[in-house]
This record gives sequence, C-alpha cells and structure tokens, in this order.
Amino acid sequence: MSAVAVENEHTHDAHGAEKGFLRWIVTTNHKDIGTMYLVFALIMFFVGGTMALIIRAELFEPGMQFVDPQFFNSMTTMHALVMVFGAVMPGFVGFANWMIPMMIGAPDMALPRMNNMSFWMLVAGMLLMASTLFMEGGAPAAGWTFYPPLVLQTGNALPFAVFAVHLLGISSIMGAINIIATILNMRAPKMTMMKMPLFVWTWLITGFLLIAIMPVFAGAVTMLLTDRFFDTSFFDAAGGGDPVLYQHIFWFFGHPEVYVMILPTFGIASTIIPVFARKPLFGYSSMVYATIAIAFLSFIVWAHHMFTVGMPIAGELFFMYTTMLIAIPTGVKVFNWTATMWKGSMTFETPMLFSIAFVVLFTMGGFTGVMMSLAPLDFQYHDTYFIVAHFHYTLVPASVFILMAGGYFWLPKWTGNMYDEKLATLHFWLSAISVNILFFPQHFLGLAGMPRRIPDYAVQFADWNMVSSIGAFIFGFSQLIFVYVVIKTIRGKNCEKATDEVWEDAHKHGLEWTLSSPVPYHTFATPPEKIPTEHL
Amino acid sequence: MSDNLAEKNKRLVRKLVIIVLLMFGFGYALVPIYDVFCDITGINGKTNKTAANEIVYKIDKNREITVEFMTALNESAPILFKSELKQIKVHPGQYYTVNFYAENKTNKPMVAQAIPSISPGLTAEYFIKTECFCFLEQTFKANEGRTMPVRFVIDPALPDKYRRITLAYTFFDNTEKSVKK
Ligand code: HEM
Ligand SMILES: [Cu+2]
Repeated sequence: MSAVAVENEHTHDAHGAEKGFLRWIVTTNHKDIGTMYLVFALIMFFVGGTMALIIRAELFEPGMQFVDPQFFNSMTTMHALVMVFGAVMPGFVGFANWMIPMMIGAPDMALPRMNNMSFWMLVAGMLLMASTLFMEGGAPAAGWTFYPPLVLQTGNALPFAVFAVHLLGISSIMGAINIIATILNMRAPKMTMMKMPLFVWTWLITGFLLIAIMPVFAGAVTMLLTDRFFDTSFFDAAGGGDPVLYQHIFWFFGHPEVYVMILPTFGIASTIIPVFARKPLFGYSSMVYATIAIAFLSFIVWAHHMFTVGMPIAGELFFMYTTMLIAIPTGVKVFNWTATMWKGSMTFETPMLFSIAFVVLFTMGGFTGVMMSLAPLDFQYHDTYFIVAHFHYTLVPASVFILMAGGYFWLPKWTGNMYDEKLATLHFWLSAISVNILFFPQHFLGLAGMPRRIPDYAVQFADWNMVSSIGAFIFGFSQLIFVYVVIKTIRGKNCEKATDEVWEDAHKHGLEWTLSSPVPYHTFATPPEKIPTEHL
Repeated sequence: MSDNLAEKNKRLVRKLVIIVLLMFGFGYALVPIYDVFCDITGINGKTNKTAANEIVYKIDKNREITVEFMTALNESAPILFKSELKQIKVHPGQYYTVNFYAENKTNKPMVAQAIPSISPGLTAEYFIKTECFCFLEQTFKANEGRTMPVRFVIDPALPDKYRRITLAYTFFDNTEKSVKK
C-alpha cells in the first residue's frame, strides 16, 4: 500500500496516504478503512474465540471445572455478541470497503467521511461492550438475545450493554447507507445493475436489510432500558406488558440479522467459485433474484424462533411454511454453485478449497434449519445443542470460511505478494476437519437432549462433549496459521510477487483484477471503459 | 466529486435516513399493533381484567372440562402462594369458586399483583371470572396471609375440542414500584 500511482493528476485528492500513525485515524480512503475493518474483525475473532475456548474448556468434562455459572453465561452471551457484531459483520464491511469501489469502477465510497466515523463508532461500541466484563454484577449473561425478564436482572452492565448496542447499530446503519449510496450512485457508466458482481448485489440487499432492522433492535433494547430504569412496562407483565412481545420484536430483527451475515458470504463465494472453475457463474440472474427473495422472506419467518412460546396452530403453520419456503431460493444458490463447478477446469487453491467446503457444510446447516422449521419437531430441538450445531454450521464453515477465502483471494491483489500456499492449505485442512469434530457431535448431544447455555451436564453427554472440545481447541489454534500467513504476505519477505491478474484469467471476472498489484492507493479516478462479463 | 454527484448522494442519504427513522418508529409501533392483534384474535390467553356480571347460563351436564391451577412467583418474590385445588372437573355454564392462599413472607408491608394467563390461549374468551384477586393490586401487612377466592364460569359456547384448560397465576412483588409512585 505504499505505491502512489495516480491515474489522474488533476483530481483534488490526487495525493498518497498520510504518513505515520495519524493516517489511520483520519483516513477517508476506502482501502485504509477496509483494512482497519478487517484487522479489527480479525482481532475480535480471536477475542470471541478465546471466550469460546473458555466455554469448551468448561464443557470438556461434566462437573464444574474452571469458571462459575454466572461467568459461564456471560461467556456464551459475550462470545455471540463479539462474533456477530465484532467479527463477522465488520469483516464483511471490510471487504465491502475494499472491494465494492474497485468492483464497480468507482474512485472511493460515496461518503468517505461518514465511512471513517462508522468505523470508529464500531470500535467505541465494542470497547464499551467489552468493558461490561469488569463491571459489578458481571457482563450480560442472559444470552445474546437479551430476553426479559431475565436480562433485566443484569447488574450495572445493562445500560452500558444497551448503549453499546446503540453505537454498534448506528455504526452499521451508517456503513449500510454508505454502501447503498456507493452502489447506486458511484458505478462506472458502463457498469449496469445486472452486470454488477454478485458480491456487490448481495451487499446492496444486505444494506437495505440493515437499515430496516437495526433501528428495530435499537428500539427493543431501549424499551428494555426504560423498563428497567423508568418504570415503563413494555415487557413487564405486572404492568400490563408482555415478555413474549420482546421475542417478537427481537426476532423481527434477529432473523434478517442472520441473513446479514450470510448474504455477503454468498456474494464472495459466487465471486470465487467461477474464477477457479474457469467458467462463468451459472445462473447469474437467478442468483440475484434468489438473494432478493431470501431477503424478502427473511422478514416474515421470525417466529420460527418462537414455536414453543404457545402460539396458536395457525401461527405455527404460517411460520413453518414461510420458513420452509426459504429453503427454495437457498437451494437455487447451492445448485448454481454446484453447476458452476460442473465440468469446469477446476484448480484447488486455498480460496477455492474454503469455498467448496462452504458449499458442502453450509448445505448441512441449511438442512438442519429445514428440520427445525417443522414446528412439531422443533419442540424437541429448541434450546438444545442441536440448534447450536445448526447455526454454527451456517456461520463458521460458511461465513467465517468465506471471510478466510476472501482474505486469501484478494490479499495478493492488495499487497502485491503471493501468500504461502503450503501453509494456507494446511490452515484449510486443519480448519475443515476440526470444525466438523467441533460441531458435528453437537447434533447428537442436542438430539439426546442436552440443553444449550449450561455450564454443567448429565454424564451421558460426556463423550461427545469431550470430542467437541478437542475439535474446538484444534480449530482455535489453527487460526493462528492464518494470522501468520497474512502477516508474512503483508511483509512480503520470501514471498512470490503477485502478477496483476493474480489468478489465471481473473481479469475476465472482475474489474479489480485489471488493476496493478499491489493496487495503487487511488483507483478508477476515471471510470473504466471495459467491463468484464465472465461472471455473468 | 462533481457537485451533481454530491447532490445525488445527499438526496439518497436523506431517503435512507427517513427509512431508518420510520423503522425505529415501527419498532415502537409493534407494541400497540401486538396488543390490538392479540385482542382481536384472542390468542394471548388474557382473561377479563375486571369482574364480569354473573349471567345465568344453561348448564351443560354432559360435558366435563378439567381446569388446572398453577401458581408461580416472578423473580422469586418473597410470597407463599398456592392453590387449594390442583385441578377441578367442571360443567360449562356452572359457577365455581376456588380458593388461593397467599402470604407475605417479609416483615414489611407488601404490594403485589397477580397476573393470570390461560392456555390454550384461544379458550381465554370462554373463561369468565366474576371475582378474582387479580383484578386489583393486593396489599399485605407484614407477614399477613390471606385466602382469596376466584369465581369463574366456562361459557358453554366453548368449542367441543377443548377438554382441559390451565389457569396460571404469577405473583409480582410491586412494592418498590408503588413506593416510587
Ligand atoms: C434454509 C435455511 C434456514 C432455515 C430453514 C433455518 C431455520 C432455523 C430455525 C427454525 C431456527 C430456530 C430453532 C429453535 O430455536 O428451535 C433457527 C435458528 C437459528 N438460525 Fe437458522 N435457518 C436457516 C439458515 C440459517 C442461516 C443462513 C443462518 C446464519 C447465517 C442461521 C442462523 C441461525 C441462528 C443464529 C439461530 C439461533 C438463534 C438463537 O436462538 O440464538 N440460520 N434457524
Ligand atoms: Cu431465523
């Protein structure tokens, strides 16, 4: 990121990066901000991962080993909050910042200053959230869903956790507005909507999801706050409120929120797979429409998280059928990725390995989702380790794997250096194997009746818990390889230099590959003339 | 950035911010929407909030419904709370009185509120109470215990498929909230 190759000397921002530390604080450059988001996400990934290992260490054997139950519950709660709001979402925002302007031939994001602000607000929000760990009464421990009345028993941490959610919410709303504005207003003239790479499409839709749901979540936690401190009774039955109402509001946010984490995943996978299959993406427009369909459906399925609250049968059926409907556009996507690989001249560089693992393992997570969408069956699965296995299959070997894949895929373009393919392959295989050792046994535990969010368990669950914990530690430590590879690639010592197109014929697949490696600090000051169409 | 583009961005951002504000409002609007929806559909298991008049129904001796009683405490409120009967078999149309007992376990006065809930929720509109300690907040002297009657009838219009109804009460200790008022 040192080269200052400006294509157009006459633009007013035709200068390079600021020097020194201040550069990172005041920067409005989309590449700098993208880097900061990604580094922050990676740090949070390890913070959240450490919490997960505390959980798995405690669950290694039955009985109480290391932590007390209250702290254990704080760990499950904070692990989820850190991973969702600190690692996965900022990770994808990082890629959006880096890649969207380059993919659509724009010089920068539409609102560069707001971009800087939304990053620092994210940092502030996460620091505030983390600080609750040291408060009297401990960090929030009622689960990441913050269900009342339990969450109202949180100690001093409650108002701080609520304000942290506000900050994180404002940060992602600003990020989303910026991304939408960039995509709608900043495209190169020749980049029509139906030529946009799928990562851009999925982020456009994710942006709309975010501005629709984050305010609702902010409202819900604000109601919690006023219930606790200002004697309102939104969720307090004694005052005429209803705790089930909270669940409805939360999941109206919560279900689309899980799609916020998966749609950009779909986008990156759809970008990587065609490059290494050396074929155009199968069914580009069906991918676009499937994404829109998923986003739309995600607003009318929320109560599948609440099958057991005592809904009338008509409600159970409505949410059961709409949930099952989601499997259709999701299936379209899986078939399209498979068809893209079908008879392609595939090679198996690390980004492709992660992407293939994503297609296979995400599908398994989707299947357990369909199992749980059956209302009568969900009474068995609900609040057990089965659902823990479900959403970890849809999040870890899907969203997290694709974040890794994207990292390996674009790192050579960003830095100008090839990463160490041997170590990266090792990282992939260790991750892909251990993630299954970690999460597959949790299906068995859940079906056998082990509840989620418990620090101790009956002895019949001992064996699979031990296996799961072993998988967790292998998975956790394998991720250090990723850090090593990334640092080594950035440093560039003993690394092969990356060519401009990096991957064979990649320039046919996306505008970013038509730039030099490493990419100059400013790109596309003049819009590109030719739009690659191989991804269509 | 040309002025034209800056203007375009500004207009778009304004629209998006309006969506954000509307959605924040929508989150709050869900509260009344939920209440109205539950009211119309009657799915929430909420019973009548004030005493109903004692109308005479035709008693249906051929049908027998089991009514179960459950008692619970919110946030382990310092109250002893139980029902005299665990369950009772009733005929639709006939009035019954069941006694509940509650005792303040602290040596300070207490204000407490019992919240009833019926399941299955859809039977709530057929479960009619003419007398209940849940209609008003209850005040207990220090360590006071009291027997409190509930008088109810099941409307014979109750659909045939229901054989069993559960009436659950949760007692909330409202002392602190009422002190603040
Ligand atoms: C075919 C697609 C899917 C279906 C049918 C589905 C269905 C479900 C159902 C029915 C539940 C509730 C289970 C219960 O509480 O008993 C659930 C929970 C969950 N799902 Fe999915 N799901 C799907 C895809 C996904 C994806 C793509 C993600 C995330 C990327 C995801 C993340 C989650 C999470 C985080 C929870 C648990 C939330 C909690 O209670 O903490 N799901 N899913
Ligand atoms: Cu859901």
